[in-house]
Amino acid sequence: MQHVERLAVTEPRGGLGVALAATLRRDLMLLMRRRSEVMNPLVFFALVITLFPLGISPDAELLATVAPGLLWVAALLATLLSLDSLFRADFEDGCLEQLLLSPQPLALLVMAKVAVHWLLTGLPLALMAPLLGITLALPAGSYGILSLSLALGTASLSLIGAIGAALTVGLARGGVLLSLLVLPLYVPVLIFGTGAVQAALLGDALAAHLAILGALLAGALMLAPWAIAASLRISING
Amino acid sequence: MQSAATGGSSLRLQARQLACERDDRLLFCDLDLEVGPGQIVRIEGPNGSGKTTLLKILSGQLGDYQGELYWDDVPMHAARDAFLANLLYLGHAPGIKGALTALENLSWHQALAGEAGDHRGRMTALAEIGLAGFEDVPCAQLSAGQQRRVALARLSLIPRLLWVLDEPFTAIDKDGVAALERRLLSHSARGGSVILTTHHDLAPLGDIRRVRLGEGGSADAAR
Repeated sequence: MQHVERLAVTEPRGGLGVALAATLRRDLMLLMRRRSEVMNPLVFFALVITLFPLGISPDAELLATVAPGLLWVAALLATLLSLDSLFRADFEDGCLEQLLLSPQPLALLVMAKVAVHWLLTGLPLALMAPLLGITLALPAGSYGILSLSLALGTASLSLIGAIGAALTVGLARGGVLLSLLVLPLYVPVLIFGTGAVQAALLGDALAAHLAILGALLAGALMLAPWAIAASLRISING
Repeated sequence: MQSAATGGSSLRLQARQLACERDDRLLFCDLDLEVGPGQIVRIEGPNGSGKTTLLKILSGQLGDYQGELYWDDVPMHAARDAFLANLLYLGHAPGIKGALTALENLSWHQALAGEAGDHRGRMTALAEIGLAGFEDVPCAQLSAGQQRRVALARLSLIPRLLWVLDEPFTAIDKDGVAALERRLLSHSARGGSVILTTHHDLAPLGDIRRVRLGEGGSADAAR
C-alpha cells in the first residue's frame, strides 16, 4: 500500500491575533455592504431630534435646557434599536456555532464584534450629535463635551446591550425583551452622560461626570465580555 | 490499511452512558460511542430522533446531557481546548455569509481556526470542490449546493483530526457526493476520524460503523 501522509495532532496554540483581526475585518466588511443597517440608527437619531423643536416650541432658551437630555435619550434609543441584529444573523446562518467552537477564547472574539458595533453605531452617533445640537439651539461651548460623553457612553451601551442581545438571540421576537433587560442597566450611563453635558452648559466642573462615565466603561470592559460569552453559550443550548 | 495506532494521531473521542432529554422527551440513553483514528461513525435514525442534538453534544456545544465525554481519555471539561483545536464541525447551517465572497468566507473560517492561510490555498480548495470561477461572487448569489460546497472547502483547508458533519450531503449533486465520499475515505486513511449524519445511501466506505438512534430512546450500535 502506498504511503499516506498522516494527519498531525493540532496543539491548542496562538492565532488569537489572526482570529481577532479577521473577525473585526469581516464584521466591518459585512456592515459596509449593508449600509442601510448602519444608517438606520443614525436616521432614527436625526429624525427624532428634528421633530422636537416642531413638537415642543421653537423657543431657543427652552430647547437649550432640554437639549442634553433629548440628545442622550435619542442616542440611547438609537443604540438599542441597532442591538437586536448584533448576533442574530450569525445565529441564523450558523456562524455563531463556528465562533463558539473556535479554539480561541469566545469572550475576546465577541469583543471584536462589539467593537465593530460601536465603531459603526456609537461613534457616528457621537460625531453627529453636535450637528443636531444646533437644531436644538445648544450653546456652542458644549459640543465637544457632548461628543466626548456620547463616545464614552455609547461604548458602555454597546457592551451592556450585547449581553442582552446574546441572551435573546435564540428567541424569535427578542426585541421587546431585549429592551426590558437592557434599559435598567442603561440608566446610570444616561444620568452621568446628560450630567456631563449639563455641567458644561452651566460652566460647572465636569471632570467627575466624565470620570464616572469612564469608570462605567472600564467596568463594562472588564465584565461584559465574559457575560456575553456565557449568554451566547446559554442561548445556543436552548 | 495501516493499523490505527501508528503515526502521530491516536486521539479518540469516547462517549459513555450518554443520555439526553429534550422537552420531556428522551432522545437517547445509555449510548456508548467511540471514534478513533481512521474510523467513520454514521449516526442514523428517523427525523427528530436526536441526530443533530447528539452531534452538538459530541462537538461540545450542548452541555445539557447526562453521561461522560472523553477526549484522549481525559474528561471533556478538562480537555476542551485540546479537543476544539482538533475539531472541525460542519453544522446544519453552513456558516456562510451571503454578503461575503467564497474567498472571504473561507479566510474568516481559517482565521477562526488560528491560521492565516494564503490566497493560493483557498483558490486551490475552491477549485477542488468545483467552484472555480465563483471565488469572488457573493455567496448569496450562489445556489444552496454551491454554498454547501463553500462550507465543505473548509475540510481541505483546515486540517483537523476529527470531523463532525451534520448532513454534509444536503443539496450536493451526484458528482459532489462521490467526491465527498472519496474525501471522507482519504481522511480516514490518513488517520482522521469522522462522525456524520446523513440520509444518503453511502457507498461502502472503509471502516464505517453505524449508530442507530431509535424511537423510545435506546440506541444500538452495529458494525
